[in-house]
Amino acid sequence: MSTTDILDLSAAAAAAAIGGGSLSATELFEAYRDRAASDRAAGDAGLNCFTWVAADAPSEPVDAPLAGVPVAVKDLFCTEGVPSQAGSRILEGYLPPYTATAVSRLRAGGAPLLAKTNQDEFAMGSSNENSAFGPVRNPWDRERVPGGSSGGSAAAVAAGLAPWALGTDTGGSVRQPAALCGIVGLKPTYGAVSRYGMIAFASSLDQAGPLTRDVTDAALMLRHMVGRDPCDATSLAFPGEIELPTAERLDGIRLGVPQELTGEGIERGVLDAFAAAIEQAKELGAEVSDVHLPHAPHALSAYYVLAPAECSSNLARYDGVRYGMRATDAHDLLDMYMRTRHDGFGAEVKRRIMLGTYALSSGYYEAYYGRAQRVRTRISEDFRTAFEQIDFVVTPTAPSVAFRLGEKTADPLAMYLNDYCTVPMSLAGIPAISIPCGHSEGLPVGLQIAGPAFSENRLLDAARALERSIAFDARPARV
Amino acid sequence: MSDHKPGGVADAGGDGELEAVIGLEIHVQLATRTKMFCGCELSFGEPPNTRTCPVCLGLPGSLPVANARAVHLGLMIGLALGSELAPRSIFHRKNYFYPDLPKGYQITQYDEPLCRGGELGDVRIHRVHLEEDAAKLIHAGASGRIHGSDTSFVDFNRGGTPLAEIVTEPDLRAPEQASEWLKLLRTTLRQLGVSDVNMEEGSLRCDANISLRPRGSETLGVKTELKNMNSFRFIERGIRAEIARQEEILAGGGQVVQETLHFDPASGSITSLRSKEEAHDYRYFPEPDLVPVAIDDGMLAAARADMSELPADRAERLQRELGLSVDSAQVLAFRTELGDYFEAAVAARAEPAPPAQGLANWIAGDLVGRLPEGQDPSDSRVEPRALAALVGLVAERRVSVGAARQVLDRLIEGGGSEPLAIIEAEGLGAMDGGSELAEIVAAAVAANTDAAERVREGNAKAIGPIVGQVMRETKGRADGTEVARLIHEQLGA
Repeated sequence: MSTTDILDLSAAAAAAAIGGGSLSATELFEAYRDRAASDRAAGDAGLNCFTWVAADAPSEPVDAPLAGVPVAVKDLFCTEGVPSQAGSRILEGYLPPYTATAVSRLRAGGAPLLAKTNQDEFAMGSSNENSAFGPVRNPWDRERVPGGSSGGSAAAVAAGLAPWALGTDTGGSVRQPAALCGIVGLKPTYGAVSRYGMIAFASSLDQAGPLTRDVTDAALMLRHMVGRDPCDATSLAFPGEIELPTAERLDGIRLGVPQELTGEGIERGVLDAFAAAIEQAKELGAEVSDVHLPHAPHALSAYYVLAPAECSSNLARYDGVRYGMRATDAHDLLDMYMRTRHDGFGAEVKRRIMLGTYALSSGYYEAYYGRAQRVRTRISEDFRTAFEQIDFVVTPTAPSVAFRLGEKTADPLAMYLNDYCTVPMSLAGIPAISIPCGHSEGLPVGLQIAGPAFSENRLLDAARALERSIAFDARPARV
Repeated sequence: MSDHKPGGVADAGGDGELEAVIGLEIHVQLATRTKMFCGCELSFGEPPNTRTCPVCLGLPGSLPVANARAVHLGLMIGLALGSELAPRSIFHRKNYFYPDLPKGYQITQYDEPLCRGGELGDVRIHRVHLEEDAAKLIHAGASGRIHGSDTSFVDFNRGGTPLAEIVTEPDLRAPEQASEWLKLLRTTLRQLGVSDVNMEEGSLRCDANISLRPRGSETLGVKTELKNMNSFRFIERGIRAEIARQEEILAGGGQVVQETLHFDPASGSITSLRSKEEAHDYRYFPEPDLVPVAIDDGMLAAARADMSELPADRAERLQRELGLSVDSAQVLAFRTELGDYFEAAVAARAEPAPPAQGLANWIAGDLVGRLPEGQDPSDSRVEPRALAALVGLVAERRVSVGAARQVLDRLIEGGGSEPLAIIEAEGLGAMDGGSELAEIVAAAVAANTDAAERVREGNAKAIGPIVGQVMRETKGRADGTEVARLIHEQLGA
């Protein structure tokens, strides 16, 4: 099989080809390893997708369902003996002594580690410009961002530098870069995939998810990650198994379009592509109606209290005492803490630590954290009510297509608005998938479909039917 | 527990117009196998940093999982104290930076603790909650503290050890009452088997909140918190010193400042650790990495099943079933090892059978007094059955009290295990009131003419030297009452 043919295979197809004997796992690994290594070596001339690339293919043939199809993994997943620094200077040189559950489950399923991917520092960002490793470029247009925070994972899959990739989604960090790069991104139900070994941003929201070329690959990767983990008290047993989706029609499926997330603030071109996708759904037999999520417009405000509050605490451990960076010229303990954290964290991380510290302060807790938690509860109730009438909520994934590098770095609020459509689902802990649904300005547009907790199998089926019908087969030029 | 009278301030040297109000916060290291939130075994003096894992080192990506055994032991404490057990309690994060705190926060319980309310003795319990211990810091250099040390080392073996924090209401009024009550708590916890409760090794640690107010007032004065006093003696001394310090401030027209204090047992001095203004804002919020602790019937039943009889219940039973005095029953119940020994002696069915009260007196008095400080009598050579038999012989007047004490000495030395055999071998049997004793008494009267004269003149206390000589001559075998009777008879007094 030629290298070009190999790169055209989805992960599921590659696994089948290895199983059928027409492709060797080593050949596949090396094809991707070489491409990833070239991108890493190219530095700013490449896409800058990777922070580390494996040297050698696994020596043993892989006798497991994923057959040796390698996976690129976001830097913030701890991988034993492999640099894992969550895109931050403060973890420079950090080599974890253990591997994250999601990664070890994928490895047990037959997917070895190909590379670690670039990301926004500690998953804080929507453009992958907040990385100690420099920004990632969008393979559709090198002058544009890939989205974030799982920007390296999304760009690598879109550019054919990895068969598939693992990311994390806190407020949209899998779905939004998937949308901006024209691939599939799935955020599972909170608790479906163990968080053990994921370097935490906001614990009550963080969730690992696949970034893949198609819906079937997303289902396949999720199948090998879900399940209760004794090391994560918030993980849950998935009811049943993740099935590979087969649906071709949407007959009887009720889709709800929330006006709160499909109006003001969304680009015209994005709304047009979204409307076209809704028409496709109707043609497949779906019933489409309006649905109300009255508290959804407040989701972003609540999110930017809760997530920073949790991060201000989660990032306290980076104090220079035990691992990672330590300021060398400090004259006492407090000075060492301050200099280490001053030098080690980037501007956005510091901004959120300060926001969160303020929100949790004595005297302000009720007004900020307490109120945000109540908004979160209301948003969950909105979805529960909606799902009594409809099967899925559909929205555009992101309010715009990929924007230019540097375009929003000076305006944090404009950057935060990228999460406007994805944050409500994160706060509610429900699964949501982004699939490419068309173009605007020659750049991909994402469609988000969200369902009730643990509805992944139905969600994947619906996404697969739409994907097949929309037949988005464009891809960026190979690099 | 000793009778408590309010008025600790007067004891501490005050003028009696003020009273002290004291509440305690006790940290109890729970006797689990593993740490509070990870699978590392608890450390007992292992080399530093050998009982650690990604979780208790706070490594990136690691997550806590609550120890079910610690919850179980916490429930037992709550049941023992008569607390209300929360059907659903949650963990919070207490955020602050310190090198002994690897995550930058301590996981503890805040506004929804495992247990609320309850009481032990005459002190009400405010709450009981679960938390993790910090690591241990060792500071090189002369100061022994972090400021001014050349280098500091962190041993994470202790980090993550499960603790139950027991907080009392401010119901204590005097330093000695505080230490007495703490002893009762320690006995209760030991009896439950939830902790080693060893203050020197730090498995029981106590802080005290202290304030003064005019006697009769219902409002509380400004309190100070006295940290980490690691023995019962230091607790008493520390609280006494702090009461004296506050009295002096108030007597001089000053105001007590709310602050956290450190008592130095070596110098007896109290120094400030931090004032209210310097107090941390801990930014408590619910720990998102853990799910609520939901208590179900099975967990409650399991905790109840593991409860043994508690000291207060045992004291009540010893009074009711065996007719012991209140004081004796409490001494035996609150010192578990004495109570166990006593009950073993009662159960031994010795011949002749001893009266229960006499047996209790012999154990708490003569036996404990002869053993090295703190020794469990069960570890001595005196079998409970032997002591019971000896007390039985005393009761039947077959051996005098004095001779019985000699028999007890032999038993402790290991010079025999049968009281009757020792008595016979050493000729310690009680003398009957026959001519032999009368002759010895006569000789003693003759040898102590001055004393004899004074007894004749009606000074009963002067009998001492004469009795003493008779006892020496008879090696204590004579019955004291009989000797006194004979002396008076012979002197016609």
